[in-house]
Amino acid sequence: MSLSFGGIRALRGVSLAVREGETLAVIGPNGSGKTSLFNCISGAYQPGAGDISFDGASLLRLSPDRVARRGIARTFQNLRLFLGMPVMENLLVGRHLHFRRNLLSAALRLRREEIRHRDRCEEIIEFLDLEPYRKLRAGDCPYGVQKRVELGRALALEPRLLLLDEPASGLTGEEKEEVAYWLHEVRGRFGVTLVFVEHDLRFASRLAARMIALDRGEKIAEGTPEEVQRRPEVERAYLGDAA
Amino acid sequence: MDLVETWREELRFAPGRVTRALLAAAVAFSIALPFLGQPAWIVRGTLVAITAIGVMGQNLLVGYAGQVSFGQAGFLAIGAYAFAHLQGLPWLLALLGAGLVSALAGVVVGFPSLRLKGPYLAIATLGFGIAAYQLLANVPALSGGRMGLAVQRPSLLSLYWTDVALLGVFALATTNLISSYAGRALMAVRDSEIAAESMGVNLTRTKLLAFAISSFYTGVHGALFAQFLGHLEPELFNVSEVLTQFVAITVGGLASVEGSIFGAAFVVLLPVIFGGLRWAVPVFFGASILAVLIFEPGGLAGALRKARLYLEQWPFR
Repeated sequence: MSLSFGGIRALRGVSLAVREGETLAVIGPNGSGKTSLFNCISGAYQPGAGDISFDGASLLRLSPDRVARRGIARTFQNLRLFLGMPVMENLLVGRHLHFRRNLLSAALRLRREEIRHRDRCEEIIEFLDLEPYRKLRAGDCPYGVQKRVELGRALALEPRLLLLDEPASGLTGEEKEEVAYWLHEVRGRFGVTLVFVEHDLRFASRLAARMIALDRGEKIAEGTPEEVQRRPEVERAYLGDAA
Repeated sequence: MDLVETWREELRFAPGRVTRALLAAAVAFSIALPFLGQPAWIVRGTLVAITAIGVMGQNLLVGYAGQVSFGQAGFLAIGAYAFAHLQGLPWLLALLGAGLVSALAGVVVGFPSLRLKGPYLAIATLGFGIAAYQLLANVPALSGGRMGLAVQRPSLLSLYWTDVALLGVFALATTNLISSYAGRALMAVRDSEIAAESMGVNLTRTKLLAFAISSFYTGVHGALFAQFLGHLEPELFNVSEVLTQFVAITVGGLASVEGSIFGAAFVVLLPVIFGGLRWAVPVFFGASILAVLIFEPGGLAGALRKARLYLEQWPFR
Protein backbone atom coordinates (compact mmCIF):
# COMPACT_ATOMS: atom_id res chain seq x y z
CA MET A 1 0.00 0.00 0.00
CA SER A 2 1.15 3.55 -0.66
CA LEU A 3 0.14 6.94 0.72
CA SER A 4 1.14 10.42 -0.42
CA PHE A 5 0.40 13.88 0.85
CA GLY A 6 1.00 16.20 -2.07
CA GLY A 7 4.62 15.57 -2.97
CA ILE A 8 5.47 13.74 0.23
CA ARG A 9 5.29 10.02 0.03
CA ALA A 10 4.49 8.81 3.51
CA LEU A 11 4.29 5.14 2.66
CA ARG A 12 5.91 3.48 -0.32
CA GLY A 13 4.72 0.03 -1.21
CA VAL A 14 4.50 -1.23 2.34
CA SER A 15 3.00 -4.67 2.53
CA LEU A 16 2.33 -6.72 5.59
CA ALA A 17 0.16 -9.55 6.79
CA VAL A 18 -1.11 -10.15 10.31
CA ARG A 19 -2.28 -13.58 11.34
CA GLU A 20 -5.21 -14.03 13.64
CA GLY A 21 -4.20 -14.12 17.29
CA GLU A 22 -0.62 -13.00 16.78
CA THR A 23 1.15 -9.94 18.14
CA LEU A 24 3.05 -7.80 15.67
CA ALA A 25 5.25 -4.85 16.51
CA VAL A 26 5.87 -2.06 14.02
CA ILE A 27 9.12 -0.24 14.73
CA GLY A 28 10.98 2.57 13.06
CA PRO A 29 12.36 6.05 13.70
CA ASN A 30 10.26 9.22 13.74
CA GLY A 31 8.58 10.00 10.46
CA SER A 32 9.03 6.49 9.11
CA GLY A 33 5.31 6.06 8.45
CA LYS A 34 4.22 3.95 11.41
CA THR A 35 1.29 6.14 12.35
CA SER A 36 0.38 6.73 8.72
CA LEU A 37 0.12 2.98 8.35
CA PHE A 38 -2.32 2.85 11.28
CA ASN A 39 -4.31 5.76 9.91
CA CYS A 40 -4.72 3.93 6.61
CA ILE A 41 -5.92 0.75 8.28
CA SER A 42 -8.36 2.54 10.57
CA GLY A 43 -9.84 4.60 7.74
CA ALA A 44 -8.59 8.03 8.80
CA TYR A 45 -6.49 8.22 5.60
CA GLN A 46 -7.16 6.60 2.27
CA PRO A 47 -4.08 5.05 0.65
CA GLY A 48 -3.41 6.29 -2.89
CA ALA A 49 -2.69 2.80 -4.10
CA GLY A 50 -2.92 -0.74 -2.81
CA ASP A 51 -5.43 -2.66 -0.77
CA ILE A 52 -6.18 -3.38 2.87
CA SER A 53 -8.26 -6.37 3.67
CA PHE A 54 -9.49 -7.72 6.95
CA ASP A 55 -11.11 -11.10 7.31
CA GLY A 56 -11.37 -11.43 3.53
CA ALA A 57 -13.15 -8.09 2.96
CA SER A 58 -11.55 -4.87 1.77
CA LEU A 59 -11.38 -1.91 4.14
CA LEU A 60 -10.65 0.57 1.36
CA ARG A 61 -12.88 3.65 1.22
CA LEU A 62 -14.57 2.77 4.51
CA SER A 63 -15.03 5.62 6.98
CA PRO A 64 -13.41 5.08 10.40
CA ASP A 65 -16.74 4.21 12.04
CA ARG A 66 -17.36 1.43 9.53
CA VAL A 67 -13.86 0.08 10.03
CA ALA A 68 -14.62 0.02 13.76
CA ARG A 69 -17.81 -1.89 13.02
CA ARG A 70 -15.71 -4.61 11.37
CA GLY A 71 -14.02 -5.16 14.73
CA ILE A 72 -10.93 -2.98 14.59
CA ALA A 73 -10.16 -0.60 17.45
CA ARG A 74 -7.22 1.73 17.87
CA THR A 75 -5.49 4.07 20.27
CA PHE A 76 -3.70 7.27 19.38
CA GLN A 77 -0.11 8.35 19.77
CA ASN A 78 -1.04 11.72 21.27
CA LEU A 79 -4.10 10.49 23.15
CA ARG A 80 -7.50 11.40 21.81
CA LEU A 81 -9.70 10.99 24.83
CA PHE A 82 -13.06 12.64 25.35
CA LEU A 83 -11.52 15.00 27.86
CA GLY A 84 -14.75 16.62 29.02
CA MET A 85 -16.38 13.29 29.91
CA PRO A 86 -15.81 11.09 32.96
CA VAL A 87 -13.62 8.01 32.57
CA MET A 88 -16.63 5.70 32.72
CA GLU A 89 -18.40 7.59 29.94
CA ASN A 90 -15.26 7.37 27.82
CA LEU A 91 -15.41 3.59 28.09
CA LEU A 92 -19.14 3.58 27.37
CA VAL A 93 -18.52 5.39 24.07
CA GLY A 94 -16.37 2.39 23.24
CA ARG A 95 -19.53 0.29 23.62
CA HIS A 96 -21.45 2.57 21.22
CA LEU A 97 -21.45 0.00 18.42
CA HIS A 98 -22.97 -2.67 20.62
CA PHE A 99 -25.88 -0.55 21.83
CA ARG A 100 -29.32 -1.29 20.51
CA ARG A 101 -29.98 2.32 19.66
CA ASN A 102 -33.42 3.80 20.04
CA LEU A 103 -33.91 7.50 20.67
CA LEU A 104 -37.38 7.13 22.11
CA SER A 105 -36.36 4.67 24.80
CA ALA A 106 -33.33 6.87 25.50
CA ALA A 107 -35.60 9.87 26.07
CA LEU A 108 -37.87 7.75 28.28
CA ARG A 109 -34.91 6.53 30.32
CA LEU A 110 -35.35 2.83 29.64
CA ARG A 111 -32.02 1.70 30.99
CA ARG A 112 -31.79 -2.03 30.24
CA GLU A 113 -29.20 -1.59 27.51
CA GLU A 114 -27.36 0.94 29.63
CA ILE A 115 -27.04 -1.50 32.53
CA ARG A 116 -25.93 -4.34 30.28
CA HIS A 117 -23.11 -2.28 28.78
CA ARG A 118 -22.19 -0.63 32.09
CA ASP A 119 -21.54 -4.13 33.37
CA ARG A 120 -18.99 -4.77 30.65
CA CYS A 121 -17.29 -1.44 31.29
CA GLU A 122 -17.11 -2.15 35.01
CA GLU A 123 -15.17 -5.31 34.15
CA ILE A 124 -12.69 -3.27 32.15
CA ILE A 125 -12.42 -0.67 34.91
CA GLU A 126 -11.55 -3.43 37.33
CA PHE A 127 -9.17 -5.09 34.91
CA LEU A 128 -7.20 -1.89 34.30
CA ASP A 129 -7.29 -0.72 37.94
CA LEU A 130 -9.28 2.39 37.09
CA GLU A 131 -11.68 2.33 40.08
CA PRO A 132 -10.37 5.51 41.73
CA TYR A 133 -10.82 7.46 38.51
CA ARG A 134 -14.21 6.17 37.40
CA LYS A 135 -16.04 9.46 37.88
CA LEU A 136 -13.15 11.81 37.22
CA ARG A 137 -13.15 13.77 33.97
CA ALA A 138 -10.66 12.14 31.62
CA GLY A 139 -8.97 15.53 31.21
CA ASP A 140 -8.26 15.66 34.94
CA CYS A 141 -6.52 12.28 35.08
CA PRO A 142 -2.73 11.94 35.11
CA TYR A 143 -1.05 11.01 31.84
CA GLY A 144 -0.43 7.38 32.72
CA VAL A 145 -4.07 6.93 33.65
CA GLN A 146 -5.22 8.62 30.45
CA LYS A 147 -3.22 6.07 28.48
CA ARG A 148 -4.93 3.29 30.38
CA VAL A 149 -8.35 4.85 29.76
CA GLU A 150 -7.62 4.90 26.06
CA LEU A 151 -6.66 1.25 26.12
CA GLY A 152 -9.83 0.51 28.08
CA ARG A 153 -11.98 2.42 25.62
CA ALA A 154 -10.52 0.41 22.75
CA LEU A 155 -11.10 -2.84 24.66
CA ALA A 156 -14.71 -1.86 25.37
CA LEU A 157 -15.32 -2.09 21.65
CA GLU A 158 -14.45 -5.80 21.89
CA PRO A 159 -12.23 -5.64 18.83
CA ARG A 160 -10.78 -8.61 17.02
CA LEU A 161 -7.84 -6.49 15.93
CA LEU A 162 -6.39 -3.91 18.27
CA LEU A 163 -4.06 -1.24 16.90
CA LEU A 164 -1.99 0.49 19.58
CA ASP A 165 -0.01 3.56 18.63
CA GLU A 166 2.95 3.75 21.04
CA PRO A 167 1.27 2.24 24.08
CA ALA A 168 4.34 2.86 26.26
CA SER A 169 5.49 6.29 25.09
CA GLY A 170 5.83 8.95 27.75
CA LEU A 171 5.48 6.44 30.58
CA THR A 172 7.87 5.82 33.45
CA GLY A 173 9.76 2.54 33.63
CA GLU A 174 7.32 1.18 36.17
CA GLU A 175 4.29 2.20 34.13
CA LYS A 176 5.84 0.53 31.08
CA GLU A 177 6.09 -2.69 33.03
CA GLU A 178 2.41 -2.41 33.89
CA VAL A 179 1.40 -1.78 30.30
CA ALA A 180 3.44 -4.76 29.16
CA TYR A 181 1.69 -6.90 31.76
CA TRP A 182 -1.76 -5.66 30.75
CA LEU A 183 -1.16 -6.19 27.06
CA HIS A 184 -0.02 -9.69 27.87
CA GLU A 185 -3.24 -10.23 29.84
CA VAL A 186 -5.36 -8.63 27.13
CA ARG A 187 -4.17 -11.20 24.65
CA GLY A 188 -5.06 -14.02 26.98
CA ARG A 189 -8.37 -12.68 28.20
CA PHE A 190 -9.83 -11.07 25.10
CA GLY A 191 -8.11 -13.28 22.52
CA VAL A 192 -7.41 -10.21 20.45
CA THR A 193 -4.93 -9.81 17.62
CA LEU A 194 -2.50 -7.07 18.53
CA VAL A 195 -0.53 -4.73 16.29
CA PHE A 196 1.43 -2.02 17.99
CA VAL A 197 3.79 0.77 17.05
CA GLU A 198 6.72 1.23 19.36
CA HIS A 199 9.95 3.20 19.62
CA ASP A 200 11.29 1.24 22.53
CA LEU A 201 12.86 -1.87 21.00
CA ARG A 202 13.20 -3.62 24.34
CA PHE A 203 9.51 -3.16 25.10
CA ALA A 204 8.55 -4.27 21.61
CA SER A 205 10.67 -7.43 21.68
CA ARG A 206 9.16 -8.49 24.99
CA LEU A 207 5.63 -8.60 23.68
CA ALA A 208 5.83 -9.36 20.01
CA ALA A 209 6.81 -12.61 18.41
CA ARG A 210 7.16 -10.88 15.07
CA MET A 211 8.29 -7.42 14.11
CA ILE A 212 8.46 -5.22 11.04
CA ALA A 213 10.67 -2.18 10.71
CA LEU A 214 9.79 0.88 8.64
CA ASP A 215 12.07 3.66 7.49
CA ARG A 216 11.07 6.63 5.33
CA GLY A 217 7.86 4.94 4.32
CA GLU A 218 9.40 1.65 3.28
CA LYS A 219 9.52 -1.70 4.96
CA ILE A 220 13.15 -2.48 5.63
CA ALA A 221 12.93 -5.62 7.72
CA GLU A 222 10.55 -8.29 8.93
CA GLY A 223 10.99 -11.26 11.24
CA THR A 224 11.49 -12.20 14.86
CA PRO A 225 12.71 -9.39 17.12
CA GLU A 226 16.23 -10.81 17.17
CA GLU A 227 16.38 -11.07 13.40
CA VAL A 228 15.07 -7.59 12.83
CA GLN A 229 17.38 -5.96 15.35
CA ARG A 230 20.41 -7.66 13.82
CA ARG A 231 19.66 -6.27 10.36
CA PRO A 232 22.12 -3.55 9.34
CA GLU A 233 19.33 -1.47 7.71
CA VAL A 234 17.55 -1.25 11.04
CA GLU A 235 20.69 -0.20 12.84
CA ARG A 236 21.32 2.44 10.22
CA ALA A 237 17.77 3.77 10.47
CA TYR A 238 18.00 4.09 14.21
CA LEU A 239 21.58 5.24 14.65
CA GLY A 240 22.34 6.99 11.38
CA ASP A 241 24.95 6.14 8.75
CA ALA A 242 27.89 6.64 11.07
CA ALA A 243 27.04 3.52 13.05
CA MET B 1 -23.70 12.71 52.88
CA ASP B 2 -24.91 9.99 50.58
CA LEU B 3 -23.20 6.65 50.46
CA VAL B 4 -23.35 5.02 47.07
CA GLU B 5 -23.21 1.28 47.32
CA THR B 6 -23.44 0.14 43.73
CA TRP B 7 -23.04 1.88 40.43
CA ARG B 8 -26.66 1.13 39.65
CA GLU B 9 -27.58 3.92 42.05
CA GLU B 10 -25.72 6.34 39.85
CA LEU B 11 -28.03 5.48 36.97
CA ARG B 12 -31.05 6.69 38.90
CA PHE B 13 -32.68 9.98 38.05
CA ALA B 14 -31.33 12.87 40.14
CA PRO B 15 -29.00 10.96 42.46
CA GLY B 16 -27.96 12.79 45.62
CA ARG B 17 -30.00 14.34 48.40
CA VAL B 18 -29.15 17.96 47.63
CA THR B 19 -30.08 17.55 43.97
CA ARG B 20 -33.42 16.06 44.90
CA ALA B 21 -34.10 18.84 47.42
CA LEU B 22 -33.29 21.55 44.86
CA LEU B 23 -35.46 19.84 42.28
CA ALA B 24 -38.38 19.64 44.71
CA ALA B 25 -37.95 23.32 45.57
CA ALA B 26 -38.00 24.29 41.89
CA VAL B 27 -41.18 22.27 41.26
CA ALA B 28 -42.85 23.72 44.37
CA PHE B 29 -41.91 27.24 43.30
CA SER B 30 -43.36 26.72 39.80
CA ILE B 31 -46.62 25.46 41.28
CA ALA B 32 -46.83 28.27 43.83
CA LEU B 33 -46.06 31.15 41.46
CA PRO B 34 -49.59 31.64 40.02
CA PHE B 35 -51.06 31.78 43.53
CA LEU B 36 -48.97 34.78 44.50
CA GLY B 37 -51.50 36.97 42.73
CA GLN B 38 -48.93 38.82 40.60
CA PRO B 39 -49.98 38.66 36.91
CA ALA B 40 -46.73 40.30 35.83
CA TRP B 41 -44.77 37.43 37.37
CA ILE B 42 -47.00 34.84 35.72
CA VAL B 43 -46.16 36.47 32.39
CA ARG B 44 -42.45 36.39 33.21
CA GLY B 45 -42.64 32.79 34.42
CA THR B 46 -44.36 31.77 31.19
CA LEU B 47 -41.75 33.54 29.11
CA VAL B 48 -38.90 31.89 31.06
CA ALA B 49 -40.45 28.45 30.52
CA ILE B 50 -40.90 29.05 26.78
CA THR B 51 -37.41 30.48 26.34
CA ALA B 52 -35.81 27.71 28.40
CA ILE B 53 -37.03 25.08 25.92
CA GLY B 54 -35.26 26.85 23.05
CA VAL B 55 -32.14 27.52 25.11
CA MET B 56 -32.00 23.83 26.01
CA GLY B 57 -32.08 22.95 22.32
CA GLN B 58 -29.36 25.45 21.55
CA ASN B 59 -27.31 24.04 24.42
CA LEU B 60 -27.65 20.50 23.05
CA LEU B 61 -26.14 21.70 19.81
CA VAL B 62 -23.46 24.07 21.09
CA GLY B 63 -22.75 22.85 24.62
CA TYR B 64 -23.07 19.10 24.13
CA ALA B 65 -22.33 18.49 20.45
CA GLY B 66 -19.89 21.39 20.10
CA GLN B 67 -21.40 22.71 16.86
CA VAL B 68 -21.47 26.50 16.92
CA SER B 69 -24.66 27.63 15.23
CA PHE B 70 -26.02 31.15 14.81
CA GLY B 71 -29.13 30.02 12.99
CA GLN B 72 -31.46 30.01 15.98
CA ALA B 73 -33.49 33.04 14.85
CA GLY B 74 -34.32 31.17 11.65
CA PHE B 75 -35.50 28.01 13.44
CA LEU B 76 -37.47 30.13 15.87
CA ALA B 77 -39.23 31.88 12.99
CA ILE B 78 -39.91 28.60 11.18
CA GLY B 79 -41.46 27.10 14.32
CA ALA B 80 -43.57 30.18 14.99
CA TYR B 81 -44.90 30.55 11.44
CA ALA B 82 -45.43 26.82 10.97
CA PHE B 83 -47.52 26.82 14.14
CA ALA B 84 -49.49 29.84 12.94
CA HIS B 85 -50.27 28.10 9.64
CA LEU B 86 -51.16 24.80 11.34
CA GLN B 87 -53.71 26.36 13.68
CA GLY B 88 -56.58 24.38 12.16
CA LEU B 89 -55.12 21.19 13.69
CA PRO B 90 -55.48 20.12 17.32
CA TRP B 91 -53.06 22.12 19.49
CA LEU B 92 -50.65 19.31 20.27
CA LEU B 93 -50.43 18.25 16.60
CA ALA B 94 -49.78 21.84 15.52
CA LEU B 95 -47.06 22.11 18.14
CA LEU B 96 -45.43 18.85 17.07
CA GLY B 97 -45.77 19.91 13.43
CA ALA B 98 -43.99 23.19 14.14
CA GLY B 99 -41.19 21.31 15.88
CA LEU B 100 -40.87 18.78 13.06
CA VAL B 101 -40.81 21.38 10.28
CA SER B 102 -38.08 23.19 12.17
CA ALA B 103 -36.19 19.92 12.75
CA LEU B 104 -36.29 19.23 9.02
CA ALA B 105 -34.81 22.67 8.37
CA GLY B 106 -32.24 21.82 11.03
CA VAL B 107 -31.11 18.73 9.14
CA VAL B 108 -30.71 20.80 5.95
CA VAL B 109 -28.78 23.53 7.76
CA GLY B 110 -26.75 20.84 9.51
CA PHE B 111 -25.16 19.62 6.29
CA PRO B 112 -22.45 22.30 6.24
CA SER B 113 -21.44 21.08 9.71
CA LEU B 114 -20.10 17.94 8.06
CA ARG B 115 -17.42 20.07 6.42
CA LEU B 116 -17.17 23.29 8.43
CA LYS B 117 -16.03 23.87 11.97
CA GLY B 118 -16.12 26.65 14.54
CA PRO B 119 -16.39 30.18 13.16
CA TYR B 120 -16.94 28.96 9.57
CA LEU B 121 -19.96 26.94 10.61
CA ALA B 122 -21.18 29.90 12.66
CA ILE B 123 -21.12 32.12 9.57
CA ALA B 124 -22.87 29.55 7.39
CA THR B 125 -25.68 29.13 9.93
CA LEU B 126 -25.92 32.88 10.48
CA GLY B 127 -26.54 33.14 6.75
CA PHE B 128 -29.45 30.75 7.10
CA GLY B 129 -30.97 32.85 9.89
CA ILE B 130 -30.79 36.00 7.80
CA ALA B 131 -32.18 34.21 4.75
CA ALA B 132 -35.16 32.95 6.76
CA TYR B 133 -35.83 36.48 7.98
CA GLN B 134 -35.61 37.92 4.47
CA LEU B 135 -37.90 35.23 3.12
CA LEU B 136 -40.54 36.02 5.72
CA ALA B 137 -40.20 39.76 5.27
CA ASN B 138 -40.70 39.48 1.51
CA VAL B 139 -43.20 36.67 0.99
CA PRO B 140 -46.62 37.80 2.22
CA ALA B 141 -48.12 34.35 1.65
CA LEU B 142 -45.89 33.06 4.45
CA SER B 143 -45.87 35.97 6.83
CA GLY B 144 -49.27 37.58 6.23
CA GLY B 145 -47.70 40.68 4.73
CA ARG B 146 -47.80 43.99 6.52
CA MET B 147 -50.71 42.90 8.66
CA GLY B 148 -48.72 40.06 10.20
CA LEU B 149 -50.31 36.79 11.30
CA ALA B 150 -52.72 36.41 14.17
CA VAL B 151 -52.36 33.45 16.50
CA GLN B 152 -55.04 32.30 18.90
CA ARG B 153 -54.02 33.20 22.43
CA PRO B 154 -55.34 31.18 25.39
CA SER B 155 -55.78 32.70 28.85
CA LEU B 156 -52.62 33.63 30.73
CA LEU B 157 -53.05 30.99 33.40
CA SER B 158 -53.58 28.13 30.97
CA LEU B 159 -50.53 29.36 29.03
CA TYR B 160 -48.50 29.30 32.22
CA TRP B 161 -49.48 25.76 33.19
CA THR B 162 -49.01 24.23 29.74
CA ASP B 163 -45.69 25.95 29.13
CA VAL B 164 -44.27 25.06 32.54
CA ALA B 165 -45.44 21.47 32.13
CA LEU B 166 -43.86 21.35 28.67
CA LEU B 167 -40.61 22.69 30.09
CA GLY B 168 -40.74 19.86 32.63
CA VAL B 169 -41.22 17.30 29.86
CA PHE B 170 -38.39 18.75 27.76
CA ALA B 171 -36.03 19.02 30.73
CA LEU B 172 -36.71 15.41 31.67
CA ALA B 173 -36.28 14.15 28.11
CA THR B 174 -33.05 16.12 27.73
CA THR B 175 -31.63 14.80 30.98
CA ASN B 176 -32.42 11.27 29.86
CA LEU B 177 -31.05 11.77 26.36
CA ILE B 178 -27.73 13.18 27.45
CA SER B 179 -27.13 10.34 29.87
CA SER B 180 -27.84 7.80 27.14
CA TYR B 181 -25.72 6.53 24.25
CA ALA B 182 -27.03 9.42 22.13
CA GLY B 183 -25.81 12.12 24.51
CA ARG B 184 -22.46 10.41 24.82
CA ALA B 185 -22.13 10.31 21.04
CA LEU B 186 -22.77 14.09 20.91
CA MET B 187 -20.14 14.81 23.54
CA ALA B 188 -17.69 12.39 21.98
CA VAL B 189 -17.98 14.26 18.67
CA ARG B 190 -17.45 17.53 20.54
CA ASP B 191 -14.32 16.33 22.33
CA SER B 192 -12.61 14.48 19.47
CA GLU B 193 -14.14 13.75 16.09
CA ILE B 194 -11.47 11.29 15.04
CA ALA B 195 -11.66 9.30 18.27
CA ALA B 196 -15.46 9.26 18.16
CA GLU B 197 -15.33 7.92 14.61
CA SER B 198 -12.76 5.31 15.53
CA MET B 199 -15.12 4.09 18.26
CA GLY B 200 -17.83 3.55 15.67
CA VAL B 201 -19.77 6.79 16.10
CA ASN B 202 -21.11 7.87 12.72
CA LEU B 203 -20.20 11.56 12.40
CA THR B 204 -22.76 12.43 9.75
CA ARG B 205 -25.62 10.87 11.63
CA THR B 206 -24.59 12.30 14.99
CA LYS B 207 -24.14 15.87 13.79
CA LEU B 208 -27.36 15.89 11.82
CA LEU B 209 -29.15 14.37 14.79
CA ALA B 210 -27.81 17.18 16.98
CA PHE B 211 -29.11 19.76 14.53
CA ALA B 212 -32.47 18.01 14.22
CA ILE B 213 -33.08 17.70 17.97
CA SER B 214 -31.84 21.21 18.64
CA SER B 215 -34.01 22.81 16.01
CA PHE B 216 -36.99 20.71 17.11
CA TYR B 217 -36.66 22.35 20.53
CA THR B 218 -36.22 25.78 18.98
CA GLY B 219 -39.23 25.20 16.72
CA VAL B 220 -41.38 24.37 19.74
CA HIS B 221 -39.97 27.46 21.44
CA GLY B 222 -41.06 29.49 18.40
CA ALA B 223 -44.54 27.95 18.37
CA LEU B 224 -45.11 28.63 22.06
CA PHE B 225 -43.74 32.14 21.62
CA ALA B 226 -46.20 32.74 18.78
CA GLN B 227 -49.03 31.55 20.99
CA PHE B 228 -47.80 33.74 23.85
CA LEU B 229 -47.68 36.85 21.66
CA GLY B 230 -50.86 36.18 19.72
CA HIS B 231 -49.37 37.99 16.78
CA LEU B 232 -46.42 37.41 14.47
CA GLU B 233 -44.29 39.68 12.35
CA PRO B 234 -40.86 39.00 10.82
CA GLU B 235 -39.20 41.75 12.88
CA LEU B 236 -39.45 39.49 15.92
CA PHE B 237 -36.90 37.11 14.47
CA ASN B 238 -33.92 39.26 13.64
CA VAL B 239 -30.33 38.52 14.52
CA SER B 240 -30.49 39.96 18.04
CA GLU B 241 -32.44 36.85 19.05
CA VAL B 242 -29.30 34.83 18.30
CA LEU B 243 -27.31 36.99 20.70
CA THR B 244 -29.88 36.51 23.43
CA GLN B 245 -29.70 32.73 23.05
CA PHE B 246 -25.93 32.78 23.19
CA VAL B 247 -25.94 34.86 26.33
CA ALA B 248 -28.42 32.40 27.82
CA ILE B 249 -26.33 29.27 27.21
CA THR B 250 -23.05 30.92 28.23
CA VAL B 251 -24.29 32.58 31.41
CA GLY B 252 -26.50 29.62 32.33
CA GLY B 253 -23.78 27.08 31.67
CA LEU B 254 -22.71 25.19 28.56
CA ALA B 255 -23.68 21.53 28.45
CA SER B 256 -26.12 21.74 31.34
CA VAL B 257 -29.89 21.27 31.48
CA GLU B 258 -30.43 23.30 34.64
CA GLY B 259 -28.02 25.89 33.22
CA SER B 260 -30.31 26.33 30.21
CA ILE B 261 -33.17 27.20 32.53
CA PHE B 262 -31.01 29.60 34.57
CA GLY B 263 -29.81 31.20 31.35
CA ALA B 264 -33.36 31.64 30.07
CA ALA B 265 -34.35 33.23 33.37
CA PHE B 266 -31.33 35.52 33.13
CA VAL B 267 -32.14 36.86 29.67
CA VAL B 268 -35.86 37.21 30.40
CA LEU B 269 -35.57 38.81 33.82
CA LEU B 270 -32.58 41.10 33.27
CA PRO B 271 -34.53 43.60 31.11
CA VAL B 272 -37.16 43.66 33.89
CA ILE B 273 -34.56 44.68 36.45
CA PHE B 274 -33.15 47.31 34.14
CA GLY B 275 -36.60 48.82 33.64
CA GLY B 276 -36.09 52.32 32.24
CA LEU B 277 -32.50 51.62 31.24
CA ARG B 278 -33.55 49.07 28.64
CA TRP B 279 -31.02 50.37 26.09
CA ALA B 280 -28.25 49.21 28.41
CA VAL B 281 -29.35 45.57 28.35
CA PRO B 282 -27.23 44.47 25.34
CA VAL B 283 -24.21 46.13 26.91
CA PHE B 284 -24.82 44.23 30.11
CA PHE B 285 -25.33 41.01 28.12
CA GLY B 286 -21.92 41.44 26.52
CA ALA B 287 -20.30 42.23 29.85
CA SER B 288 -21.91 39.22 31.50
CA ILE B 289 -20.49 36.85 28.86
CA LEU B 290 -17.02 38.25 29.54
CA ALA B 291 -17.48 37.98 33.28
CA VAL B 292 -18.63 34.36 33.02
CA LEU B 293 -15.75 33.35 30.75
CA ILE B 294 -13.25 34.91 33.13
CA PHE B 295 -14.62 33.96 36.53
CA GLU B 296 -16.78 30.86 36.11
CA PRO B 297 -16.58 29.17 32.69
CA GLY B 298 -19.24 26.71 33.87
CA GLY B 299 -21.74 29.57 34.17
CA LEU B 300 -24.46 29.64 36.81
CA ALA B 301 -24.83 25.87 36.57
CA GLY B 302 -21.11 25.43 37.16
CA ALA B 303 -21.27 27.61 40.27
CA LEU B 304 -24.25 25.62 41.54
CA ARG B 305 -22.47 22.32 40.85
CA LYS B 306 -19.54 23.41 42.98
CA ALA B 307 -21.80 24.53 45.79
CA ARG B 308 -23.72 21.27 45.62
CA LEU B 309 -20.58 19.15 45.69
CA TYR B 310 -19.47 21.06 48.77
CA LEU B 311 -22.82 20.52 50.48
CA GLU B 312 -23.11 16.85 49.55
CA GLN B 313 -19.70 16.03 50.91
CA TRP B 314 -20.02 18.16 54.01
CA PRO B 315 -18.60 17.71 56.63
CA PHE B 316 -15.95 15.85 54.64
CA ARG B 317 -13.96 17.64 52.04
